[in-house]
This record gives sequence, C-alpha cells and structure tokens, in this order.
Amino acid sequence: MIELVILVVSAFLLLVFTVWKRRSPANLREIPALTRLYRTLGLSMEDGTRLHISLGRGSLLDARGGSALAGLAMLRHIAERTSVSDMPSVTSSGDPALGLLAQDTLQAGYQAAGAEELYVPTTGRVTGLTPFSFAAGAMNISQNENVSANIMVGHFGSEAALLAEASDRESVVMIGASDDITGQAVLFANTQDALIGEELFAAGAYLSAGASHVASLTVQDILRWLVIITLLGGAAAKFLGMI
Amino acid sequence: MRVFTAVIAIAAGILILGGYFLQGLFPALADVQTLLLNWAIILVGAATLVGIFNLISVHTDKVRRREKGSTYSAILVICLVVTLLLGMILRPDHSAMEIVMNGIILPSEAALMGLLTISLLYAAIRLLRRRTDLMSIIFLITAAFLIFSFATLPFANIPALGTVGRWVTQVLALGGARGILIGVALGTLTTGLRVLFGADRPYGGN
Repeated sequence: MIELVILVVSAFLLLVFTVWKRRSPANLREIPALTRLYRTLGLSMEDGTRLHISLGRGSLLDARGGSALAGLAMLRHIAERTSVSDMPSVTSSGDPALGLLAQDTLQAGYQAAGAEELYVPTTGRVTGLTPFSFAAGAMNISQNENVSANIMVGHFGSEAALLAEASDRESVVMIGASDDITGQAVLFANTQDALIGEELFAAGAYLSAGASHVASLTVQDILRWLVIITLLGGAAAKFLGMI
Repeated sequence: MRVFTAVIAIAAGILILGGYFLQGLFPALADVQTLLLNWAIILVGAATLVGIFNLISVHTDKVRRREKGSTYSAILVICLVVTLLLGMILRPDHSAMEIVMNGIILPSEAALMGLLTISLLYAAIRLLRRRTDLMSIIFLITAAFLIFSFATLPFANIPALGTVGRWVTQVLALGGARGILIGVALGTLTTGLRVLFGADRPYGGN
C-alpha cells in the first residue's frame, strides 16, 4: 500500500511541477560533466567527428531499465541536434531490446530535425550480449570510427574500464554515468568529470529536453528530503524506544 | 500511428502496475499482467535475433567498404555464422558446442577480465594526473588502505587494520552505496513515470 501511495504522490507531483516548469525557467546547479557534454555536442559538429553514445546493457524487463530509459531520453535529443552532421552519431548497447529502441529513438530524433533521409539504420548497434563482448564491440567503435567523444549513460559494470581505457588511448573525451555501484567507481577513476548516483537521470534536463525532465529533478529532490526525514525520524524513534 | 503506439504503451504500463498493486481488488489484473510480461519476454527473444542480424549487417558493411579493422569484422562474421549454424544443427548441449564455449568464449572473457585488472590499476595511478581534488585523494587513500587491510601481508597480519577495513566497507561504504542506490531508485521512478505519461517515448514517437 505504501508503494502505491509513493507512486501516486510522485505522479501527482510530476504533473504539477511539469505544468509549473513550463511557465518558469529552469534554475539548475552546474554539473561539470553535463556542461562538458553540452559543449561536446557543438564541438563534434564543428570538427566533423562523430559521437559514440553507449547505452550499456540494462534490460528493460528488470530494475536496470530505468537507466536504459534515461539513456534513450538523452539519445533522442543528441540525435536531433547532431542529425545534420557529416558524421552521424553511433549508439551501442548490450541488450537486443535496448538496441531496437535505440534505433527507433535515433530515427525519431532525425524525424524531429526534418532530416529523416540522413538516418542510417546501422548507426544503432548491438555490440554484444555479454558484458565483455559488449565492451569489446563498443571499444572497436571508439577506436576505428573517427569518434571525438564517448558518452556512456546506462547500466555498466566493471567492463566500463575497458571502454574508458580505449577512449584514453585514442584521446577521446569520455563522459560516463552508470546506475551500478561498481560501474560508478570505475567511471569515477577513469573520467575527468564523473556523474554520481542520480545525476545519471539529470542529463535530459540539462540538454533542454523539456519541462517534464526539469520537473523530474524537483520531484526527486522532494522525495529525497522525505527519505532523509523518514530515516532521521526512524533513528530518533528507535533511540527514544518508541519503535 | 504515434498516438496509437503511445496509447498501447501507456495502457500496458498502467495494466502491469495495476497487476502489482490492485490484484487483491481485481484478480483479473494479475492474469493480464502475467500475459503482458510473457509477451514482453517473447518479444525480447525475437529482439535477440534482430540484434544478431544487426551485428552481422554492421560488420558485413565494414568488410564491404574495407574500413579500418575490417579484418576483425570478417573474422567476427565468420565465427558468428559458424557458431550459430553449429548450435542450430548440433544443439547447444553437444560436445562440440561445449568445446566452443569452454575453449574459446570463456577463455576470451577471462582474458578480458585479466585485462580489466591492469586497466583499473592503471586508472588509479592516473587518477591524480587527471583530476587533483579532495575526492580523488580520498578515493585513492581508501582504495590503498582497503587493499592493505585485507591482503595477506608477508611479515604478519595487523588485526587492527582488518577491523578498521571492515568498518570502512560495512559502515561507510555500505551507507554511501545505499544513499547512491536510493538516488538511483528515485531517478528510475520519475523516469518510469515520464514514460507512463507519454512525455518520453522511446518507442517511435516524437
């Protein structure tokens, strides 16, 4: 019952804040990795290189689907912005269903930019079905396809280190975010500006993906404060012998 | 078409959520939920085949255009097709397929795992050159301390090191990890709600 209440309250808050954020401009704190991502989009267009967006190997049928959906939301806006580039962005994923959705999302981005004829289906790729085969296939993209930036948003475990190593060898900018604790530690050690925890879900808001993305951040902040108050309240109640 | 796909996606999401939360009130929702999830599993199975054909198509294209690294692409396509055909003809539990699995695939993955150890060590060494800030210093000191506290030392083990190491992993690191996971869960919740409301449409809609 509590889960249903949390869901309904979150849905209500998201609707209210989406309407509100449409009227008032977003005021977001600076996240260096996302600022770098924004700059990278423009630079890749100017110097005729491509972006490699890796969505990880999160299955849509389990709890890792959230990070996969966040990656797809970001991909949609990157595809729209870079669709007229000489070198189209390439996506890689380690889950077949995610790979299909990535192709569909890329196409939707091209359609929105009015450049559907420039869409190449092979730019959305499934590079492998196990963590290491996925990483090996994705490494090949950043090494051989004139890539200027590797953007990794999704579910990555320790195999992210292999991708980071390949990026570093090719002097490719790397921006990484994972919902996995191990993946986050690896990315923290391997990237210049790491995205930690829920910052993974903030990319859409920072890429001006719409009011609903900014509203999501506000709802997350409210829910986070509720969790903090509940934890502190529970600890105090336990200390006082009330529970 | 876009409206149609959005309506199907939102309806499926609501029915599955209803199956989780309201099956006590409406038992039929649980059956609908199971049916929809079974369909999803079948579709994911079909998507795996599409993914394999995508892999073949991408690498065949590379070989045809003689792009950089096309030799590897050719080897990949040949091995993939041979393994696929062998698996279909002989069945996965045949001894030849076990040889392919135990003699090629598992050692290759193990080799990548070994490479990963070197990559992580190298990343730790380069961390301060890449980013010299307080968090990086804490990260490195913690990693080094935990390695020493759990490693078998040649002269003698220091009991206090192990106790402090366990406290760091079971209190500090576990608390931090839980905090991060709560943040990720909240992000997943709002992302899921956006898809449920049709604000994000990763299924062909603008």
